Amino acid sequence: MNVIYILWLRQLKRYFRSKARMIGSLGQPILFLFALGFGFGPIFQKAGGGNYIQFLAPGIIGMSILFTAVFSGIEIIWDKQFGFLKETLVAPVSRIKIMFGRTLGGATVATLQGAIVFLLSLLVGFQPVSLSLIPIALLFMFMIALVFTALGTAIASLLDDMQGFQLIMNFLVMPLFFLSGALFPLNGLPAFIDGIASVDPLSYGVDAVRGALTGVYHFSFSIDFAVLVGMIILFLGIGSYLFKKIQI
Amino acid sequence: MNIIETKKLVKKFGDITAVDDVSFEVKKGEIFAFLGPNGAGKSTTIKILTTLLSPTGGEILVNGKNPAHEQDAVRASFGIVFQDPSLDDELTAWENMEFHGVLYSIPKDIRRKRITEMLEFVELSDRKDDLVKNFSGGMKRRLEIARGLLHHPKILFLDEPTLGLDPQTRNHIWKYIQDLNKEEGMTIFFTTHYMEEADRVAQTIAVIDHGKIVAQGSSAELKIKTHTTSLEEAFLALTGTVIREEETKSVDRMRAGRRMWHK
Repeated sequence: MNVIYILWLRQLKRYFRSKARMIGSLGQPILFLFALGFGFGPIFQKAGGGNYIQFLAPGIIGMSILFTAVFSGIEIIWDKQFGFLKETLVAPVSRIKIMFGRTLGGATVATLQGAIVFLLSLLVGFQPVSLSLIPIALLFMFMIALVFTALGTAIASLLDDMQGFQLIMNFLVMPLFFLSGALFPLNGLPAFIDGIASVDPLSYGVDAVRGALTGVYHFSFSIDFAVLVGMIILFLGIGSYLFKKIQI
Repeated sequence: MNIIETKKLVKKFGDITAVDDVSFEVKKGEIFAFLGPNGAGKSTTIKILTTLLSPTGGEILVNGKNPAHEQDAVRASFGIVFQDPSLDDELTAWENMEFHGVLYSIPKDIRRKRITEMLEFVELSDRKDDLVKNFSGGMKRRLEIARGLLHHPKILFLDEPTLGLDPQTRNHIWKYIQDLNKEEGMTIFFTTHYMEEADRVAQTIAVIDHGKIVAQGSSAELKIKTHTTSLEEAFLALTGTVIREEETKSVDRMRAGRRMWHK
């Protein structure tokens, strides 16, 4: 327990100490909220979709969680390069615990980042339907964060340097985001987009947060919850397996 | 009694054989020097002994356990100071020590006391709350050693521990390590490029070159065997005078390339 706590604490300390990163990573969500929110707002309204900011904000919260979480997981590559990973890997602690501690820390950081974006979205006019459901939204945000931190950890376990990072951003993280229903409703889509969206874990995550904050679900509370739980177990499993096999 | 044993240990990275049929024993409670030119296979051997790499072939026992299969039991028996940096730059000196203490489950009161003592010992007490990224190379090295000595394991691996330190600090640290060895019976396994260091502190010396053990024995035995008067001369007689490329680098690069996509 102590070990998991100290690993968690380390991730948080690193987060709060790198103010530049914290603020820098808010740039993108703010830009998306403004440009897309106000840019597509009128069309969305005309098409009968209602207020686009209401629709978009949970998607952008999901996006910032996705990016921060994958990046937290991928940070293991830095730890490999700067040598710190060795220090943890030779310690008499099971690698599962190390992986869990790190993942919980990374997921907490990503959830905090999502919460900040939520607060910012209030400034551009986002209105949650019920304040009492915010804890539920936060829980879903943490679940999204867990899924993608574990995914980042799994990827980082396979890579030795950051050279593959662009590849992962462009061929995995970006598609996960753009095809998730974060930006557009998942109704009446061409079959292949619909197919991809329905296997994208972020679709369920965004839907769950959107449902909790605005009351509108595409899937349903229980489907989102079940899928997220399943994904957490799956990715934590894969992540732990690959992390256990790291050789330096 | 032997605390470390390797028999016909082999480690290959693709076509390159970094460790080639290496057998040696380290007796419990001795100070054992593992010498060799750059790229000879020292660090790879240490990584295998400390569970960071799995061997391609051969048998190993560390404290009676096999590092390839009983990793957690082996990890509980040793401490290590790595050749290259392994501190977290974004944490303070104290936090790095605290992190280590928790990982090695040292009880809180003992942990706090030892951290204070060890920071005092390497003269970093007044910088304990500074981020490690603001430290000089020598300070980082000292912190790294202090951290390695925080818990008192059965075996202590030191991979070029005193690299880049001034003679004062080197002597200071070796004195402490020798005391640990005497008082607690801690086995010390170290590598170094300072031959006089090995000559002075090691009871047994093994020389490795091109992945093979080329000689083994006390400093005196190695000198007699090579008809030389100093360990440095003996070392050169055993390993030749050709300057080595940093082969480890190219091995690392190849491993990186190879492991990038298929593991």
